[in-house]
Amino acid sequence: MAIDELEKKLRPPELGIKPYPAKMITLASGEIMVVREARREEVGVLLGTVYPLIGVPTDYYDIVATRMYEELLGWYRYRTANEFVLVGAINGVIAGIVTSRCVDPKLGMSLHTLTIKRGQRVGAQLFAAKMEDHIEFQGEDEVYIVAESPIGWRRWMIEYELEDRSHLYPAVRHELGGVPTFVLTRKLWDAVKASKCTGIRPVPPEILATANKLIMPSEYPQIPGFKR
Amino acid sequence: MSARIGIVGIGHTRFGNSSEYDLADVMAYAATDALVDAGILEQRRQVDQVFVANMASGLFCNQTSVASALVSRMDMEPVPAELIENGPASGASAIKVAYMAIASGMADVVLVAGGEIMRKVSGWQATDIVATMLHTEAEYNMGLTLPSFGGMFARLYMERYGCTERDLALVAVKDHANGALNKYAHVQGTCTIDAIADSETAHVVNNYVAEPLRIYSTCPVTDGAAALVLVNMDSPKAALFRKKPVRIAGIGSATDTHCVHNRKDPLRLDAVRIAGEKAYAMAGIGPKDVSFAELHDAFVILELAISEELGLFDRGRAYLAVREGATAIDGRLPINTSGGLKSKGHPVGATGVSQVVELVRQLRGEAEEGRQVKDPRYGMAVNFGGFGNNVVATICAKD
Repeated sequence: MAIDELEKKLRPPELGIKPYPAKMITLASGEIMVVREARREEVGVLLGTVYPLIGVPTDYYDIVATRMYEELLGWYRYRTANEFVLVGAINGVIAGIVTSRCVDPKLGMSLHTLTIKRGQRVGAQLFAAKMEDHIEFQGEDEVYIVAESPIGWRRWMIEYELEDRSHLYPAVRHELGGVPTFVLTRKLWDAVKASKCTGIRPVPPEILATANKLIMPSEYPQIPGFKR
Repeated sequence: MSARIGIVGIGHTRFGNSSEYDLADVMAYAATDALVDAGILEQRRQVDQVFVANMASGLFCNQTSVASALVSRMDMEPVPAELIENGPASGASAIKVAYMAIASGMADVVLVAGGEIMRKVSGWQATDIVATMLHTEAEYNMGLTLPSFGGMFARLYMERYGCTERDLALVAVKDHANGALNKYAHVQGTCTIDAIADSETAHVVNNYVAEPLRIYSTCPVTDGAAALVLVNMDSPKAALFRKKPVRIAGIGSATDTHCVHNRKDPLRLDAVRIAGEKAYAMAGIGPKDVSFAELHDAFVILELAISEELGLFDRGRAYLAVREGATAIDGRLPINTSGGLKSKGHPVGATGVSQVVELVRQLRGEAEEGRQVKDPRYGMAVNFGGFGNNVVATICAKD
């Protein structure tokens, strides 16, 4: 794609995101979830997946979905620097999405985690994958994290025993709305990764192929009777 | 015991997350269903007595006197109503008290409703609230919780009898297979032994809660309600009902030391054994007569231990029966056909009532396809309070 001079001026500088190798996880149900990087050309199916949840207030899906919708557009249109998107797919059907970005080579900024398929700890696995990406693959030492829902608070702040740096505001502040900033440090990650993060690599080609074409969910547990 | 007392109505909410609702409303749903099932919704003021089972609504949802609230929600005044609290065994205790009320002649028709809303608080808070039933100084103040007791119990059982974490996972797989078919279950999903025990990723997918107990060894935090209509089968009022009663053949209950460390052997659940023996004696049957059982598997290890205390399997052998498939829905003694607390969920005040609802559904032949026990005659339920310090066993019969 040719990029004209004005568009160049609108785009943020990029650090160059290092690739995240795909992995697979056998969920408790026995279903295999492939976790991989999303590709920019898949933004349509990602937006279509997120959109129905914008109107769901339960468990704060509305704010998470709305903000993720914006983040996906910012990623697609090159309006957010160094953003990456991971997706979890079961037989190609999107089970969850995470968004995040690298601030600089040492600091990550966790954005959102959206679970579509519930009850299988999909969100927990995808959040762990996001942290793995930041620390193991991007090589960053810290990730700033906030929670916008009680579920997020329990999953991240408590289960990961994140470091509370909210008292250092405004010197330390997450980019999302000024809510209290917590931090996953490399040391904390090393302490929890064995119990929080899993996945088999390399993914056998026949399984990876199932996630090559992403599919929007035909049903949402959050929206009874949903019809696309 | 000469009284013939039967169950003529059952009601049950879909267990899960009802935290946006009022507890009395949730119980009213189940109670209404029970009255409809019994065919006396319009005649509900002919109920002689209401007993409500609840463990800790004051702590979980800042609401007390729920028996009075339920009667008012149901537009049943002036029917008398009382609350029965016996920890997680509140439900079966309420059934026992209802039985006693009918047997005494004070009532002919009794509505029993059990309910709990636990998810208005976080999982950690719920665990803390449930732990308030432990000994304050010797246990609770030391940081002990029910999952920690379950973990220690499981560890000791495994060391003594050779049971493994994989055996515990097999119980969960079996329970979830049943729960997946139960329209009332909280977690209506199956799990596979590969995913939660054998695969390379199982240690994270099925992570520890209180070692050696993992997520799939432990019941979820659940909201819900269940209800029953009991009747004196020899009363003229028995003619009011449209369904044939399922008879309560036996009820037994017993207590044990409040502190677990005061027991001679922490693996012996004496209250379960004694409650079971009483229920068997009252019903005039023995363990070999039981067609299926609903056992209080707040932690799957308890399903194994309770089944042994009841004499359904030899001590230390229940896990081998699970390996052989004996407790599966098509096994020789199906256990937790509803999915048990593990899959169906455990709203503490509702559980004992819910277990007996399952006995009635099975004995009537009304369970969903795929989880209906073939030609059951006697169903047995054990509702377990504290860490085994207050237990109620109930046997229902199809006459």
